[in-house]
Amino acid sequence: MCLAIPVRVTEILENDAAIVELDGVRKEISLALVEGVAVGDYVILHVGYALNRLDPEEAEKTLKLFAEMGAELAPA
Amino acid sequence: MKYVDEFRDGTLARKLAADISREADASRSYNLMEFCGGHTHAIFRYGIQDLLPPNVRMIHGPGCPVCVLPIGRVDSAIRLARTPGVILCSYGDMLRVPGSGRVSLLKAKAGGGDIRMVYSVADAVKIAQDNPAKQVAFFAIGFETTTPPTAVAILQAEKLGLANFSVFCNHVLTPSAIAAILESPEVRKLGILPLDGFIGPAHVSTVIGSRPYEYFAYEYQRPVVIAGFEPLDVMQAILMLVRQLNQGRAIVENEFSRAVTRDGNLKAQKIVAEVFELRRAFEWRGLGLVPYSGLKIKEKYAAFDAERRFDLPYHAVDDNKACECGAIIRGVKRPLDCKLFGVVCTPENPIGSCMVSSEGACAAYYTYGRYKEA
Repeated sequence: MCLAIPVRVTEILENDAAIVELDGVRKEISLALVEGVAVGDYVILHVGYALNRLDPEEAEKTLKLFAEMGAELAPA
Repeated sequence: MKYVDEFRDGTLARKLAADISREADASRSYNLMEFCGGHTHAIFRYGIQDLLPPNVRMIHGPGCPVCVLPIGRVDSAIRLARTPGVILCSYGDMLRVPGSGRVSLLKAKAGGGDIRMVYSVADAVKIAQDNPAKQVAFFAIGFETTTPPTAVAILQAEKLGLANFSVFCNHVLTPSAIAAILESPEVRKLGILPLDGFIGPAHVSTVIGSRPYEYFAYEYQRPVVIAGFEPLDVMQAILMLVRQLNQGRAIVENEFSRAVTRDGNLKAQKIVAEVFELRRAFEWRGLGLVPYSGLKIKEKYAAFDAERRFDLPYHAVDDNKACECGAIIRGVKRPLDCKLFGVVCTPENPIGSCMVSSEGACAAYYTYGRYKEA
């Protein structure tokens, strides 16, 4: 139910709507719940509504965290 | 898929698994509840439990909206769908949940009810626009992720002057359910359910932020780590919980920082507060009547409230006596403890709600072959 997916905004339309793209699939969604979304941003899409914008820097940090964790603690 | 595939990397998963095994103290156990059905699904789909040492145990929580809706509410929706001139719109997950006498919305549809499965509440608004001679009611269920879209739809219907659109509101609140679990006799007095920490919701937290969990971490001294729904997110959160427990700490940490802030989505919160208010109490399957745990439509938007527009008296109905959904939702029992599991209760022909939704613990056990453990 709370499942949602990250999608890329490719076009901003009128009335708080946008076109998003995911693996070649295009879909119209609502931006009524978010502010300041621009073309190229990734948003979390849930039941036709963007719930939030994804922060690319934070995503990078988390990915680095996974990788470092092992390296840091691996036996010498 | 960007922001998905990277978080499913097998090499990193094995690395994280090794970290967890190394850091988990063999002399103690770690009983961790994942609140969300989304996490439950990820744990089974990717076999995460098999990557964990035996003393790190995952307990599946009540965060599955389809699972926690009691039979009485399903009955009301069926009654609504059978009202002449009504089109009932529902998210797909709800259609197969059995109500009284094992009648589901799907059976009511087969019996002639005009029930339409929608992907979004926006589709229900569209159906109302296209069918001015009919009454279109939306069966609104879900936690804080589905609530803001429902609020937007009500505001939109008002703007459009739609006199034939209404919402049967069953939206529920995550923090109230966590409190109900922590206050339950199984946890507090009986000690039947050891509970050392929580994996906090992913998408719910994008809306409400990480702040609401701070109270639980502090007041009940249980660490909470908010995590995304991908397998590496879940494993990283488990590692962070193990570390907090090893250090005797109990704070809220945020692994899902790419989408969750401390404050959450303030715009969405404001829209929800405009349309909804707290119910004094709401009945949950498994948890019973939980104070201030559900939402209702404010007086100002009464015209869009299906409970006021139609005759929908609420009658509480007991679950099937042999069905263990209630105890499974509370984390007290596992699906394999249920006599009906996989025998008379299957995803094709469910008795209880936990076998219906893909986020339900029983459906996850069944789909990913865990019944073989028995």
